[in-house]
Amino acid sequence: MLELLFDSSFAASVPRFVTPILLAALGGALCERAGVFNIALEGFMLTGAFAAVLGAYFSGSPYLGALAAMLAGIAMGLVFAEFNLRRGGDPIVVSIAVNILAAGLTAFLLRAIFHVTGAFNDPAIAGFEPVHIPLVASIPYVGRLLSGQSILFYVAIIAVPALHVFFARHRLGLRMRAAGENPAALEAGGVSPSRVQLWALIGCGAFCGLAGAQLSIANVNLFVENMSAGRGWIAVVAVLLSRGRPLPLFLIAVVFGMVDSLSFRVQGFGLPQQFTDMMPYLATLVVLVGLSWWRRRQSV
Amino acid sequence: MNSGLKGLLRGELTSWVGAAASIAVVLFVLMVLAGAPFGEALSGFVDGAFGGRRFSYLLTTLSRTALIVGMAISVMLSFRAGLFNIGGEGQLVAGGLVAALVAIMLPGPPLVVLFLSIFAAMAAGALWALLSGVLQLYLGVPLLVGSLLLNYPIRYIGSYLVAHPFRDVQSGMVQSHLVPQATWLPYFPGTRLDIGILFIAVASVFAIIYSHTTVHGYHARLNGLSPDFARAVGLPVNKLALQTLAMSGAIAGLVGAIAVFGIHHRYIDGMLVQPLYAWTGIIAVLLVGMIPWLVPLSGFFFAAIQTGAAGMERTADVPKEIALVMQAVIILFVASRVSGALLASSGRKASGGGDA
Repeated sequence: MLELLFDSSFAASVPRFVTPILLAALGGALCERAGVFNIALEGFMLTGAFAAVLGAYFSGSPYLGALAAMLAGIAMGLVFAEFNLRRGGDPIVVSIAVNILAAGLTAFLLRAIFHVTGAFNDPAIAGFEPVHIPLVASIPYVGRLLSGQSILFYVAIIAVPALHVFFARHRLGLRMRAAGENPAALEAGGVSPSRVQLWALIGCGAFCGLAGAQLSIANVNLFVENMSAGRGWIAVVAVLLSRGRPLPLFLIAVVFGMVDSLSFRVQGFGLPQQFTDMMPYLATLVVLVGLSWWRRRQSV
Repeated sequence: MNSGLKGLLRGELTSWVGAAASIAVVLFVLMVLAGAPFGEALSGFVDGAFGGRRFSYLLTTLSRTALIVGMAISVMLSFRAGLFNIGGEGQLVAGGLVAALVAIMLPGPPLVVLFLSIFAAMAAGALWALLSGVLQLYLGVPLLVGSLLLNYPIRYIGSYLVAHPFRDVQSGMVQSHLVPQATWLPYFPGTRLDIGILFIAVASVFAIIYSHTTVHGYHARLNGLSPDFARAVGLPVNKLALQTLAMSGAIAGLVGAIAVFGIHHRYIDGMLVQPLYAWTGIIAVLLVGMIPWLVPLSGFFFAAIQTGAAGMERTADVPKEIALVMQAVIILFVASRVSGALLASSGRKASGGGDA
């Protein structure tokens, strides 16, 4: 049974589930470190998923689809920035509104542009082809994990150390951390915290857009209403748990992605779909409880 | 902007005009995108929200208002106690599901079945809310995250129960059997408006009186305004939080039961989730800055947007999801003036408290 669960096609499927959560969480990490309380990752991601299908359908290129997804994510980031940073709206209220906006706008445009309800599925949607890495592909087990994934998976993997270095060394990254930890000091240094936070939201939108593209034009080639299905919230949890630090965040995203993938696989063993659907959320709660317990033990 | 009332009013006025203009622009763009004829769309909206044969659509708006107001009062109790409970949806689903199943399975006189079902629904909603409270207080999961995550399992449990063991197979839909017809809430004479609105009105009034006139309600609000002070003067803060959450959940559960006995007469997969009742309730209470007696107005406002959009869809083929966009844009524009410090402090506490 266990061998069946963790066979090499499990290895092949894990990155499909890790990538969207990881990409969205990396975007969330930018906001977290810059002191923007953004729990609208779900909405950013859903918008990205829709824009990816839109772009890939009309241009015939998945790369333009991904670009459209990033731009749409950035647009949502700008909406967030306008109402939170500039007009001073409460970040939680703005997040809730952005999530509703994304749900409404994608469903509305789905019908206005494609004249369908619920889902849009068309062979003209150009999805990403798996990338086969020559030598790696022939390694047993690991080969199927590391090779044959969508390009967005590799982008996400490279982005983890890149973001780590960005926060540790890059001027904007350091400024973001300052904006999060001590905005007054940053202000005194002649840099506007909200300007820095605007860049964090733009970056967050781009990452979440890519996360959505992974859902709609890499994992499958279609858009379904609300297809982000709570993954943005799981990314929020990953961000809160890791406090926006890229390396712990990577590990947490991998754990959540594995659970997601596992729950998808146990469907093949006759467990009703509804039970496997709720597994990621329950697993997230279990991880939260476990981590809080572990931290309390550490501090005693 | 704080330089006197006049300046304040002028600032308010220009910002409201700006907001209205922006919303109009967004609407205009969306209508053009949908290729909708404006006149028909507008008359469809007005008819859908306030008209219909013998005002049937207006009554639909009212019945939706009741559900939204119920959810709004439910979350308001939590918010005022400093508890950022965004799990109303899960509590609502728990109530609706349990109400339908109890009514289907329990034999007995209809009135007894009805009241036991409603009671069970309130208990189910309360329990689901308590679960998120226990997660926060004893297991270190922030309420904001825990209550949200709990929305999903109950949705799938409901979906499973009416897709397999309790499915009305002959209907071909993912839904339970009908609850006994004798338990359906009656309509007001001569209308198609069920009396569920009365249940919700009574519960809401009770909740508001509790919150504003009882010592217990005062303590709960005090805990929300200043948790440190509440703790320092020796209030049982954990107990207060759990009791408040249970009340919120019970009201949400009641709303679920009303949706079953008044409107759908069964549990249909997604019937409480897709219309975003819980989220609309949250924004309805935020729109009026958590002032209880204004909640029915904002609830009616959002209900009218939704039923009006449905009317626009019927007459001008404008996708009714435009309602969600309108609601979201309105909330964005009022986000800076809603409820301010109270909500902000509670939100941060709930999100930051648990990860320490």
